[in-house]
This record gives sequence, C-alpha cells and structure tokens, in this order.
Amino acid sequence: MVPRPFRLVGRRQDTTDTFTVLLEPTEGDPLGFVPGQFTMLSAFGVGEVPVSVSGAAHVAGPLQHTVRDVGAVTHALSRASVGDVLGVRGPYGTGWDVAHGHGKDVVFVAGGIGLAPLRPAVLEVLSHRDRYRRVVVLYGTRSPDDLLFADSLADWQGQGVELLVTVDYGPPSWAGRVGLVTTLIPRAGFDPKYTLAFVCGPEVMMRRSAMALVERGVTPDSIRVSLERNMRCGVGLCGHCQFRELFICVDGPVLSYARVAGLLGYREV
Amino acid sequence: MDNSSEMILRVAGLQSLIDLLRAQAWVVVGPTVRDGAIVHAPIESVDQLPRGIGDLQDGGSYRLRQRGDEALFGYSVGPQGWKSLLFPSRELLWSGQRDGADVAVEPAVVDPPRLALLGVRSCDLHAIAIHDRVLTERAVPDAAYAARRDNIFVVAVTCSDPGGTCFCVSMGTGPVPDRGFDLALTELLDPAGHRFLVVPGTARGAQVLDELRALAADEAAMPADEPDRLAARDVGAQAALRMGRALDVDGIRDLLYANTEHPQWEDVASRCLACTNCTLVCPTCFCTSVDDVGDLTGSTTERWRVWDSCFNTDFSYLHGGSVRSSVSSRYRQWATHKLASWVDQFGTSGCVGCGRCITWCPAAIDITAEVAAIRSRED
Ligand SMILES: Cc1cc2nc3c(=O)[nH]c(=O)nc-3n(C[C@H](O)[C@H](O)[C@H](O)COP(=O)(O)OP(=O)(O)OC[C@H]3O[C@@H](n4cnc5c(N)ncnc54)[C@H](O)[C@@H]3O)c2cc1C
Ligand code: SF4
Ligand code: SF4
Repeated sequence: MVPRPFRLVGRRQDTTDTFTVLLEPTEGDPLGFVPGQFTMLSAFGVGEVPVSVSGAAHVAGPLQHTVRDVGAVTHALSRASVGDVLGVRGPYGTGWDVAHGHGKDVVFVAGGIGLAPLRPAVLEVLSHRDRYRRVVVLYGTRSPDDLLFADSLADWQGQGVELLVTVDYGPPSWAGRVGLVTTLIPRAGFDPKYTLAFVCGPEVMMRRSAMALVERGVTPDSIRVSLERNMRCGVGLCGHCQFRELFICVDGPVLSYARVAGLLGYREV
Repeated sequence: MDNSSEMILRVAGLQSLIDLLRAQAWVVVGPTVRDGAIVHAPIESVDQLPRGIGDLQDGGSYRLRQRGDEALFGYSVGPQGWKSLLFPSRELLWSGQRDGADVAVEPAVVDPPRLALLGVRSCDLHAIAIHDRVLTERAVPDAAYAARRDNIFVVAVTCSDPGGTCFCVSMGTGPVPDRGFDLALTELLDPAGHRFLVVPGTARGAQVLDELRALAADEAAMPADEPDRLAARDVGAQAALRMGRALDVDGIRDLLYANTEHPQWEDVASRCLACTNCTLVCPTCFCTSVDDVGDLTGSTTERWRVWDSCFNTDFSYLHGGSVRSSVSSRYRQWATHKLASWVDQFGTSGCVGCGRCITWCPAAIDITAEVAAIRSRED
C-alpha cells in the first residue's frame, strides 16, 4: 500500500486539459506492466488516483501516463514539473490480452481520454503487425482540439492501421467527420466473425459501441471493455470499485463485454 | 479435543482465568457497561463485567435492563463488534518526508497489542473469520490486520439470551461457538450454582486450562462432569429457539440478483436516511477510504486509511457524478453485497445475523424484513 517514488523525467501537454507524464523510479527496477493495466498515481499531500499506463509495454523507457485534468488530484499532477517526484503503486488489474487477436481483425474503439489506455495495446499490435489481419482504430473526441496523440495517429496509419476519427462538434474549418464514435462502426473495414474488439471511453459510449459491434455481428465475448469506478486501493480491499460481484480493480478494469453486458443494463449498479 | 480437558469455573475461577491471561501479558478486553450500552474495554476484574444486566433490542431501539439474576453474560451483542480492535476506524498507512524535490516514503510501523478478547459471541467469531478471508487471503493482504489478528487470544461465550434482532440461526453462525476460539465459556445459572463450562478450542487454550487447574483454588476450578455438559448444551439449544428475527436464505443470491429492479428498493429508500450507521456497526463491513494530510509547509505528508460506507454519495464518485446517486441504489448495493455478491466474492455470506444493523438503524429498517418483502412480491 506504500507508493514508490518516481521522478518526472518528461512532460507533454497533449491538449488544453490533457497531459502526459514520463516517470522513472528514483531507485530500483522500472515498472513492468501489460497493456490495459493501471497504476495508483499520487501527488504527495494531495491524493492518489487510478490512471492507466499509456506507453508501450514492450520497449524499455519511462513509465507513461496520459491524464485529463478534471479535479483536485489530476490538477495537482498537471502542475508537476520535470524533476518532481510522484508516487506510483502497481501495476494493477487485468490487461487487454491483445495476443488473443492473433490471426484476426482487431478493432479499437476509443472515446476521448479512452484512447490513452488503448494506446499500449495498439502499440503491441503494431510491434507484431504480421500476426494480425486488419487493424482498425475508431476514435471519437469532443472537438478537433481534443485529439490526442495526433503524431502517433499519423504514424499508425503509415503502419497499416485503418483510422477513422470523428468529433462531437467540429468548427467550419474541420473537414472530417462529425458524430458519435458509434457511427463509425458500421462503415469500418473488418470482418465481424473474425474480430476481437477493444473499447474504452465513458461508460455510455462503451455500451453503445459494444451494442453497435454486436449489431454488426461481433459476438459479445469478442468485445473487451475497460470499466471505470472509484478506486482507493487498487487491490480489492477498499470496496469502492465494486460492480455487484466484481472488484473492477482486480477482476477488471478490462472485462469481457459478455461478462458485464447484463449488469451494464441496470441503472446505478 | 477429548472432553477431559473441559472444566467448570466458578466466578472466582473466571477471575483466575483473567489473572492468568494478564500474567501472560495479555490485555484482557471484555464487556462493560458504559453510557447505557454494553461496550468493550480493558478489564482486570470480574466485577467490571455487566453483572445482572440484560438487553432489550428491536428495530431502532436498544435498552439495558436488570435481569434479576447474577448472570455476567446475560445480554446479546452491543453496538461495537470487535472490528475496531483488529481493523481500526482510522489507521496510518505511511508517511513521507520531502527533501527538496525528493520524497522518502516510510510504511507505518504496526506494533499490535496482545489482546485477550473475553466474551466473543459466535456471530462475531464468524465475522472475524470473514474478515480473515476478506483482508488476509488476498493477492495483496492487509498486513496490519494480519499482525493484529495474530496477536489475539479468544475467549468465546455461548449466547444464553439472544437479542430481539438476532438471527444467527438463520445464517448458520450461532448461537453456540463452533470454531475460531481458544476457549469457549457457557454460563450456567441453575440450582447447582453460578458457574461456567469452559472448553478449549486450540492447543494454546488447553494449555491455559492446564495452568489454570494448577493455579486456581479447588472449589473455583473443577473437572466438568456429564450433568454440566448437558446443562451447557441446553443453554445453547434454548437460545437457538429464541431468535428475535429470522431470514430465509434459500436461494438468496439468485433472489436478489433477479430482483435488481424490485420496487421494494424504492420503498426502503423512502425510509433510509443514508446515515451509514448500519455499515459502521456491521462486524463484516470493510470498505475504507484514504485521507492524505500534509503539514502547512508541505514537508511531511501522511496517508490515513479510514472506514467508509457505501451509503455515502462520494463512495462511488467518478468525475461527473456518483454512480449510485439514489438512496435506493445505495441500500440495494449494501444489502446485495451482504447477502448475495459476497458469496461470489468470498464463498460465504457477508452477514452473520448479529442484528446490529437493525438495532442501530434510526429508521428501524430491518434487512430481514426487506428481503422478506422482496421474496413475497417477486417480479
Ligand atoms: C482503471 C482506471 C483507469 C483510469 N485511467 C485514466 C487515464 O488513463 N487517464 C485519465 O485522465 N483518467 C483515468 N482514469 C480516471 C481518473 O482516475 C479520474 O479522472 C481521477 O480519479 C479524478 O480525480 P481528481 O481528484 O482529479 O478529480 P475529482 O473529480 O476532484 O475527484 C474527486 C475525488 O473522487 C475521486 N475520483 C474521481 N474520479 C475517480 C475515478 N474515475 N476513479 C477513482 N476515483 C475517482 C478522486 O480520487 C478524488 O478524491 C482512470 C480511472 C480508472 C478507474
Ligand atoms: S448485515 Fe446486519 S445482521 Fe448482518 S452481520 Fe452486518 S450488522 Fe450483523
Ligand atoms: S438502513 Fe438505516 S442505518 Fe443504514 S443507512 Fe439507512 S437509515 Fe442508516
């Protein structure tokens, strides 16, 4: 339950409210993790929040977290500068297990900051591009100004990713699509019978996306979602993240849609 | 255990047991009367026990009464379980010292006291066993709990006069202690005199009895005979027939899962104040939050773990709002966790039938009645 001190070795402002921190342990080994896992990140004296790892798992380098400044702790994290020390516990939780998609089409559906937890999974797929058939990334965000990882996105396209982007609100200068990310699902090029899909974003967006994928013919057990709940410990002891019988921090955050589709249908579970 | 090690203690013999445990460096914590309730406190003498006191418990009500006899354990569970001794309501997890940009983090040192718990009821023994499962048999166990847990000696007692809100028989957790104790007492108040049958539950408990035999005066500690055993068995059997409440647990997990949208949840929400009392008195509730505190200069920070409750709105807060903002969803979460999802998570019910949540609910909400209402009007 004790955080390890990690030093901020790099920082990037991704959008007006979202930033990426690069962290290295002040001593000891770097943090090993699998794509989809999260850590409990502390701003000392302020608090601790769960944040998914947003960097690649298969290459050495600093631990990366991409965080949206939405409240007290994330704001304190946003104010940390290079040289400062943050606390890290983990990694915790289940991963995306992208390797289950070998030989299949893999489809990533991201809403907003949800692209950050998916990024390590996309990077893993791209590091073994030949093991997968089509790779599709569907990304919806509020406005063109909120697009994350713009450079990486272009890069991914260069590596054979079909990328479709849509925004909720586009200014007149925006030539791209406007609409919900779910509208991209019917038009993306993948074979629903041989597809493994990974969905991350706000809960309504994940539910609607999963339903659209099912509509298109993907079976619920071939869809993975990453659920978000309040978390205070990350190891199933604090009780906050319970989703009926599931501890989202231990049994999740990545779960099969088949496992949670019924529960997601009830209000306020 | 063969029953040759069982003993009969007179009140003076019980005093010798307390003396012996104290001589072995145990702090004996037992029931006492304070502010009109039975509460646990360190004791040295049998005179501190609630002699001749009983209780009257019902939904939202608790009163002590004079029994008109000499019983030392003639009441049922009080508001406090033993939870706060093993799992404190506020506990330091670590502290950090800032030195320039660096922060040195030190885990809190746990130095658990040696506690001998006297008068633990069967429901509470089961609650401790549940906490063992929940807090220690996990991928990342609660080390501080485990350390405290390893430093207790348990003297259980058979319930002779169950309370008006007790339903341990329904939950299979009482009223006779069946496991999890070093010694178990049954208080006997019959014409043969005021005495206790004491049964060892562990080798350590048997050892204490051996030492007691050598130490106590002959008339204070004697071998148990068959009539004593029969009388003790009768105390438990009679108590089992006098449960104040009952809960039909048949298929209860599936019942609650299937009735996630039952109108009874709205009904209970119209009465529930979301005061969190039920979760605070429940001996199995384990949810916690953390508070980070720093001094004004920012040079030291501490993280404290504190009890939390699923009845608090903040409990399920995510940026943008709480997952469970309605009271109905919060009561449903609590009751469903206790009786249904706990089974999936930990292999047992999360309720031991102690009745505290019923007694200490200001609105007299009764989990047994709410479940019965759902069962009677199933969707
Ligand atoms: C598994 C997981 C992965 C996540 N990954 C990311 C990520 O990669 N990038 C990102 O920007 N955000 C991520 N989040 C969300 C992030 O944890 C919240 O935005 C953050 O906790 C908000 O805290 P705050 O104090 O800044 O905000 P406030 O809104 O001020 O929060 C108030 C209080 O509520 C608590 N709280 C609020 N939201 C959450 C939450 N979702 N989980 C736990 N506690 C919460 C905070 O601890 C805080 O004490 C993730 C959440 C989870 C559960
Ligand atoms: S739910 Fe109520 S009756 Fe059951 S163990 Fe908790 S306090 Fe006791
Ligand atoms: S059920 Fe009773 S004790 Fe529990 S939160 Fe509601 S009013 Fe309080």
